Amino acid sequence: MKNTTITKKALLPLVLTCLLGFPLLALGQKNSCLDCHSKLGGELRAPADGFQQDIHQQFGLGCKDCHGGNPAQDNEDLAKDKSFKGAPKRAQIPEFCASCHANAAHMRSFNPGLRVDQLSQYWTSRHGQLLKKGDAKAAVCTDCHGVHGIQTAKYPKSLIFPWNIPQTCGRCHANADYMKDYKIPTNQLDEYKQSVHAGALFEKKDMSAPTCNDCHGNHGAFPPEVKSIASICRQCHPSAGELFSKSPHKKAFDELGLSECEACHRNHKILSPSNDMLGTEKTSVCLQCHESGSQGYQAASQLGQIFAAIQTQIRQDEDILALAERKGVEVNEPRFHLQDVNTLLVSAKNLTHSLDVQDIRQKIGEGEKILAEVRLAGDKALHEAKFRRKGLVIATIFLALFAVALFLKIRNMTKSGARP
Amino acid sequence: MKKLGQNIFAYLNERFQIQGLLDFSKKKKVPEHPYSFWYYFGGICLFLTGIQILTGILLLLYYTPSIDAAHESIQFIMSQVKFGWLIRSVHSWTANILIGVIFVHMFSTFFLKAYRRPRELTWITGFLLLLVFLAFGFSGYLLPWNELSYFATRVGTDIAGSLPLIGKWLKTVILGGSAVSQATLSRFFWFHVAILPMAAFLIIGTHVLLVQILGMSKPIGVDEAKVKEISFFPDFIYRDALGWTLILVLIGVLCVFLPWEIGKKADPFGATPLGIKPEWYFTFMFTTLKLLPSHVIFIEGEKLAILAFMVGGILWMLVPYLDRRALQEKRSPVFTWIGLLVFLYIAVMTVLTYTVRGL
Amino acid sequence: MNRRTFINGFLGGSLLATIAAFLYPVVRYILPPKQAEAGQKRVAAAKVGDLAPNSAKIFKFGSSPAILINTQDGKLLAFSAVCTHLTCTVTYQYDTGTMFCPCHNGRFDLAGNVISGPPPAPLETYNVEVAGEDIFVSKKA
Repeated sequence: MKNTTITKKALLPLVLTCLLGFPLLALGQKNSCLDCHSKLGGELRAPADGFQQDIHQQFGLGCKDCHGGNPAQDNEDLAKDKSFKGAPKRAQIPEFCASCHANAAHMRSFNPGLRVDQLSQYWTSRHGQLLKKGDAKAAVCTDCHGVHGIQTAKYPKSLIFPWNIPQTCGRCHANADYMKDYKIPTNQLDEYKQSVHAGALFEKKDMSAPTCNDCHGNHGAFPPEVKSIASICRQCHPSAGELFSKSPHKKAFDELGLSECEACHRNHKILSPSNDMLGTEKTSVCLQCHESGSQGYQAASQLGQIFAAIQTQIRQDEDILALAERKGVEVNEPRFHLQDVNTLLVSAKNLTHSLDVQDIRQKIGEGEKILAEVRLAGDKALHEAKFRRKGLVIATIFLALFAVALFLKIRNMTKSGARP
Repeated sequence: MKKLGQNIFAYLNERFQIQGLLDFSKKKKVPEHPYSFWYYFGGICLFLTGIQILTGILLLLYYTPSIDAAHESIQFIMSQVKFGWLIRSVHSWTANILIGVIFVHMFSTFFLKAYRRPRELTWITGFLLLLVFLAFGFSGYLLPWNELSYFATRVGTDIAGSLPLIGKWLKTVILGGSAVSQATLSRFFWFHVAILPMAAFLIIGTHVLLVQILGMSKPIGVDEAKVKEISFFPDFIYRDALGWTLILVLIGVLCVFLPWEIGKKADPFGATPLGIKPEWYFTFMFTTLKLLPSHVIFIEGEKLAILAFMVGGILWMLVPYLDRRALQEKRSPVFTWIGLLVFLYIAVMTVLTYTVRGL
Repeated sequence: MNRRTFINGFLGGSLLATIAAFLYPVVRYILPPKQAEAGQKRVAAAKVGDLAPNSAKIFKFGSSPAILINTQDGKLLAFSAVCTHLTCTVTYQYDTGTMFCPCHNGRFDLAGNVISGPPPAPLETYNVEVAGEDIFVSKKA
């Protein structure tokens, strides 16, 4: 009897708690912003859809944390209370985002490793400078990061994931109409896409390959000045830079105020350096400054010849190996050996920055030694192919003779009905 | 010269008593009729088997059955060992030719109904030899440990594993574990150089013995009067030898102009190459499995196909007992048609494997 | 000589020639080739004492370059010298005690791990064993 009394007494509070509690729980998670906006169409619906993937949402932030308002209220006017900030105007966006992102103490609670100087960097950038002057066409945070589906740079679908960056910057910078007031070229994206860096990024999926932000900076984006181009390239190409600094070009370039790497390699359409860049043909970069008959011209001609020669040798060796392979002979070993020449060639091409013909000749010489060995192996392989064919002919002749002998024997036996 | 030969013969005869054997062989006759051309194929199978044994033993000298060294040893044989390219290419080409000739031999004896009593056991041992040589092909294919062979073995053992009841156990026994690994290579090597050769030796011995004892079967309804006979030794032997010589020329040409490739070393963590398929002699079964719908009524398509092949194989093996009319030396067109259908099925499915896109 | 004798002689002679044409390659095959063994998976990289402490040597391992390092405290280490970025050959820098790839500035520590630069993966480490006078390098099991 006692038990049932206690149970009865506990029953009513329990039921009440459930009846009232559950709706209260739901109230705590209620987000009227999303509820309404997901029922709207077009532009007004986009925030609700996009926000599901947003990184801010993953950290427990919601609409009100940026826009204010009361998400517990279904009524629109009540929801858009005093704290409601609405959508900021373009010119206000950097400060809007920075209200959290430039606050080190605040960001610490979410991601202590994240930088908090983006806004101050931004004001030094060209975009920031234009925005301060009142040009709302300049890029603001949301143009590069997106607005309601913001993801980190490590996420492949993010607008700022390395291989998406060229497209993100290109949205404005490759749009001739949009950029027509700014008097700067709009072919950078096109040029970049043809470059060896784009090839490494998009085809080889090498995430360390440079995109726009690696040379221009991201929040402090600014076209590098002439004298800083060299430092930027040296971030990844230090040995070429060192060699260049030791070469006679360094002094000349400094005096003339020429940009180091860019003069020969260009800025966006940086191609894989080919032998055509040397020598005295039209494609030679040396002829930009050095006239026919000058010392520079002689050097250009020398270097061009050296590299053309070894390139021809490499091609010849490759042809021999391919021919031997077609004839059925195993040439994997010499093929591997030939790859060593490639490595040496890369070193030698790098040495051209020093303009030290001696050094280059020596490096090339090492390559030529290997090529000689490969050619030997290739010739041996061709010799082997010939040997096999000769051997086949001889064996076939013997077999044919034997077949003829058998045939004659068989005929002889059937004719005479002979016994063995 | 003749005196020396006679002295040697006398010496051996006193100890091995080979005269009896020689007398028997002199008596052995081979009938000649419009279809006797097909008699050569058995001997060709034997000849090619001999080539496989010889080249196989030679390859054993330099091959290493370890996943770290197998592929490298093939590379070594093909590039460093004198005539290694020839020995290995002969072995690979002859394996394929041999299996092809076994099929020809099987179908020719089928259509000539050489399985009639008292030659039932010759047919059955012959069918077992087909299985043994298919096993030779399957096990040998893995030994170079290249990409194609690794994945073809995986696909093949997966199919074995899908058999009802015993599938999982069978797959584990074949693989020596749960996946294609060193254990598999060691096991396949063991099969290829010890177990299967022993089985082949015993079954071929039985098969050839039966052929010698029972003589050559004549087709049903052949006019006895028209049938001539030639002695096996030396007349038929010389003709055999002529065929063998021509085949040797073919093999030689193939090996010089189309040496067998080494392939890329197997990478168990690599992606399966597109369009992976087993060797051609398994493709008719492989394509059947691929083309069947995933479910036929309530049975899984794949299992149904495997079951069908097993039942089909057993029935094929038991044909001597099923073909009642042939037993009575009567023409048996039904079985001829069945044989033709089987042949066409195998031929068409094999061709489809290489002509249909996406298989 | 009558016809039959000629045919028999021709038969025997051509048979002998054919057999010879087959025995020749078989015999050459069996005679050991110059390079005694397949799959160079264990290479004598150097002799003991060849390398001073804090120096390195590039040697051939199979068909690719490898590097043998004698560290400052006399430990012998061996790695694949093929940079995991774009396959240039790495070198040992004695002043930093690291392996360096001159092509794009990749740097590896003495465990083969990438310290800086574009290489996406560490260098493969090899086993080193000293047997008498020789230093042998082999792949890890």
